[in-house]
Order: sequence, then C-alpha cells, then structure tokens
Amino acid sequence: MNVLLHKGENCGFVKSDLKAKAALNHPKKPALKKGKSHTVFFANPPKIIGRMSVAGEKEGRGPVGKYFHKIVDDDKMHEKTFEKAEYDMLLAAINGAMESAKVKAGDIDLFIAGDLLNQITSSSYAARELSIPYLGVYSACSTLSESLAIGSAMISAGYYDKIMCATASHFATAERQFRYPLEYGCQRPPYAQWTVTAAGATLLSSEGDGVKITSATFGRVVDFGTNDLNNMGASMAPAAMDSLLALFRDTGTGPDEYDLIITGDLGKLGSDILRDLMREKGYALGQNYIDCGSLVYDVTQKCYQGGSGCGCSASVVNSFILDKLSDGSYSKVAYFATGALMSSQSCYQGETIPCISHGVILER
Amino acid sequence: MMWWEYLLNYLIVFAAGGLICTIAQILIIKTKLTPARILVLFLIGGIVLQAVGVFDFLYKYLGAGISVPIIGFGASLAKGAIYLARTVGFVGAFAGGLVRTAYGVGVAVVASYLVTLFFAPKSK
Amino acid sequence: MSDNAYVKTRNERYEKYVKAVSPSTSPLRSLFNSFWIGGLTCFIGEGLGDLYALIFPELSVDMISNITSMTLISLAILLTGLGFYDVIGRRGGAGSFLPITGFANAMSSAAMEFKSEGIIFGTSVKMFSIVGPVIVNGVVWSTVAGLLHLIIFGRFGA
Repeated sequence: MNVLLHKGENCGFVKSDLKAKAALNHPKKPALKKGKSHTVFFANPPKIIGRMSVAGEKEGRGPVGKYFHKIVDDDKMHEKTFEKAEYDMLLAAINGAMESAKVKAGDIDLFIAGDLLNQITSSSYAARELSIPYLGVYSACSTLSESLAIGSAMISAGYYDKIMCATASHFATAERQFRYPLEYGCQRPPYAQWTVTAAGATLLSSEGDGVKITSATFGRVVDFGTNDLNNMGASMAPAAMDSLLALFRDTGTGPDEYDLIITGDLGKLGSDILRDLMREKGYALGQNYIDCGSLVYDVTQKCYQGGSGCGCSASVVNSFILDKLSDGSYSKVAYFATGALMSSQSCYQGETIPCISHGVILER
Repeated sequence: MMWWEYLLNYLIVFAAGGLICTIAQILIIKTKLTPARILVLFLIGGIVLQAVGVFDFLYKYLGAGISVPIIGFGASLAKGAIYLARTVGFVGAFAGGLVRTAYGVGVAVVASYLVTLFFAPKSK
Repeated sequence: MSDNAYVKTRNERYEKYVKAVSPSTSPLRSLFNSFWIGGLTCFIGEGLGDLYALIFPELSVDMISNITSMTLISLAILLTGLGFYDVIGRRGGAGSFLPITGFANAMSSAAMEFKSEGIIFGTSVKMFSIVGPVIVNGVVWSTVAGLLHLIIFGRFGA
C-alpha cells in the first residue's frame, strides 16, 4: 500500500524510509526519453531583443518600482473604463518593446498574448491595433511564460523570425470579475493577494544580441483539492513544484545550478509552501529562489501575501530580472510562472482550483 | 427621562449592536461562511424572532442596537407580512414585507442610482 | 490503494498542511474593530431616532424608525460614492456589513462598478448582484412567516 503512494510523481508527502526505494525506481538523472520529457530544448535559442514593463502607481512605490520602464500615474490612464486602461497599458508595453528593439509592427511575424479578462479581450483589442497575426493564449498568471515558451519553440523551429509576447493585468478589472465591486467594504483574509496593475512585453528574435531562451518546460494541470479563492498561493504551489521537478528530472540539474529560480505570483505564503513541498521531494530551494509576487509590494503597502495576476511576473521579469541578466549579475535563470485556471462560476459550483505552471530557462 | 437614563440607553444600544456584529465576525473567522451567507442567516434570524414575537420585546430594551443590524430589516419584513396577512388575508402575506420595508429599499435604489451619476469607483 | 484514493489522501494531507501554515486573522483585533464599528453605527441610528422624535413629535414610532434607516442608508451610500466606505469595511468586517449601512454599500458599490456597461445593462441590471440574496430570502421567508401566522391564528385573530 505504501509503495503505491509513490505512483503519482507529484506526490508531495514521502516517508523517509520509502524515499530510498523511490530513488531506486526513479534514478535522479534518467536518460531523456522522447515524448516523455516535459521540457523542450531549443536548437536555435531565440534572443530577447526588446522588452518593456509598464506598472501602476502603487507598484511603482514597491521594492522593484525603480526598475520598471514606465509608471503610470493614473490607474485609469485617463480612459473611461478600467478595461480600456488595461489594454492601453498592454499597448504601451508592446510599443515600448518595439521601440527598444528599433523594429516596427510590420517586422513582427506573430503576436502572442493573453490576460485575465473573460475571453482575453485586452489582448485581442491590442492585437486589433497591431494588425499582425495573433495567437491568444490563456493560462492565467503564467500567461507570459506560456507565450514565451510557445514563441521560442516557433522561432527555434524556424517558422518565425520575430515574435512579440505580452500580457497585462489590472487590479480593478480583475477585482470586478473575480471578487466584489471596488467600493464594496469587505475584509480580505490575511492570506489573500493583491492583483498587480502592470503589463509586460517581450520581443523574441531568431538573431541579435541578448538573453537567450534555451529551454521551456510545459506544465501539467495539478489540483491538490484546494477551493479557497483567496488562498491562491496554496493552490498554485503544487503546480510550481510539479513543473520544477519535471525540469530537474528532464535536465538532470538541481536548484543550485541556477543563479535564480523565480516563480510568478505565489506570494509569501505560496513560496513558503513551495519550499516545503520541494524539501519533501529532496530539493532545497535556497537563497536563489524568489517569487515575483512577494517582491512587487512592500510590507507597508498592506497587500497581504503580495501580488498576483499575469502582469505581476510579466513586469518584474521584463524589468528587474532581465536587467540583471543583461548586466551579468545572473547568467542562468529559471522562470516558472504559475496560474490558477478556475473561473468565478466553477468555484461556486463546488469545483476545486486546477493550477498550471509553465517555465522557461533564460540564459545570458 | 433623566440624563443618566439616556446615557445608559445609549450604552446598551452601543453594546448590543457591537455584540451582534461581533457574533457575525466570529462566524467569519471560525467558519468559511461568506458575508452574503451570514447576511442571509441573520436576516432569517430576524424574521424568526419577529414571527415568534420576541423581537418587539428585545427592541424595547435594545433599540437601534437590534434594529440597525440586518436582523431589524428581517423583523420589519416579517412584521409587515404578518400584519397584512392578518388584515387583508392570504394575498397580504406576499405584499406585506415589501410594503413595510419599501421606504428603506426605495431610498437605497434611488440613492444608488443617483450616486452612480456623480461618482466613479476608484482603484485602490 | 487506487489512484483516486491516493489523490484523496494526498489532498486531505495537503489541506491540513495548508490550514496549518496559512496565517489567520488576529481574532482579538478584528473582533474589537467589528464591535466598535458595529456599535457606533447602531449608536448613530439611535441618536438619529431620538433627534427625529424631538423634531417631529407628531410622527408615529414606525415612521421615525423608517426615516432613521432612510438617513443611515443615504449616508452610507454617500460615503460609498466618496470612496470612504470600503476603508471602513476593510477594518470593520461584520461591523460594517451587518448593519443596514452595509446593505446600502453593497447596493451602491455594485451600481457604481457596473456603470461602465451603461445605466440600463450595467447599473440597473447589476445593482442587486450582491444584495439580491437579502431581498429574495427576505421576501420568501417573510411570506412564509405571514402565511404561517395566518394559518395558526387566522384573520384578525390573537
């Protein structure tokens, strides 16, 4: 009976005496079998030639605020609705990324984007302005890592030259869609998170100088049976664990071989849980593990466990992380964003929260 | 009434109102009930209190302490429904609750409509 | 042990673990806040009632309590419009949503939020999206109460 406990590779609760048995069954560095690996290695790694991050005023006051390229003073961006502001922000990020790489919209082959709104409207409206082929993707807060993974695969295969990946989220629009009206006086539990108002865009190219994307790990949907809409960190941590384990297994590496392992928006609680889960799997995530969600807000900003939303990791990666990669502080970074794939209906129908985590390896 | 009677009265109102809200807060912390469910729970509680005839007795002593929380709204609904049911008959039971609470609901709808015209929600 | 049973035990253990590590609201502070904010709201209600009784001595007790709750509702909606009520609500918890002012706040905040879809399809449709349960359950159960009284005591009886 106990041995069967190990059947699921994502089982997080291993008894120590069974660990040895498990290690025999699953050697730590298995030979890569085609079709079994969750990780794809790019023969022609695409380079990041342009990027831009746009953040709201509150995020601008956070610890990584000074790294953002643009901080908007008005959360509504002088528009009529918050939805319009979100898509303005996304467009600003895309245009900024094109400017920084000195390319025009016509030079870009494909635009991959997604956001949190129903039917990913912000991205589609931004694509309307660009008039280039568009691929809408949705995996909640891990949208940027998913689009980077898809884009890199397409470039590496030689189908495309330049691909723009972008995503945005907005506190006010997410709040209205997933929770309550803005002015409704409700208390949040201390394990809640705060949706980040930010957008990020990354321009990938087959040639040029810059940070390379060398491999991508596509995650599985993982559901550990949590159903608390406020406790996203606890829901998503198992997904991050699953994908990180897949990466370590597929590449035969351990956490120490990366200068930095970053997750998207687990928050303080979620990243603590991830550390625990990984420790139980025999991997110690040390000083080189950080979480964008717990990075983006200051303790004094009263954002509970930190930021969430797809703009969270998109803006931090496109500013702080890639800055540090470019100036040589880091040379190999694993970026694993996590997303919770529920809808507000599914939770009222008593469903639990399925989560996913896609990752890419960024190398200098 | 003497001044100290007023003082005592207000103290009782404050304590009663606070206590009722504290009970609801305990429910929030201890159980996973959402605010909407707790509101409905207390509302039905008020209806029951009125229907069994306890509410008027409580109101005499606690005043606004029990009528301002949603319990008072429930009691008001029940009082109206019972009153009309017994004076008008069968059909009165359906109208009574709304008739009695129409003042509050009416002003809430109109004021919400008006406030929408003048203010917009702010992102925090 | 089948796959399902394995997933079930895993999930149960994870749930227990999450419960243990998740921080909980500091109960004393939140209880104290909800106590004084809820109490203060009732206090203001009582004060308004006494004030109206003083100004309009000819009005019946029922009418005075009607006017009092109308005043409280209007005040709460004004505070919502100005953007203060959610600050009170974040602190007060049950102390701010349980009184009638919370009802008014829920209604007006939904009305304001969905203004962007227009007055008809936004504001008017969504106004009851949060307070709907209160109105619906109130009407249903008060009707039941009225009918029960009618059946037990009969018309004009007791």
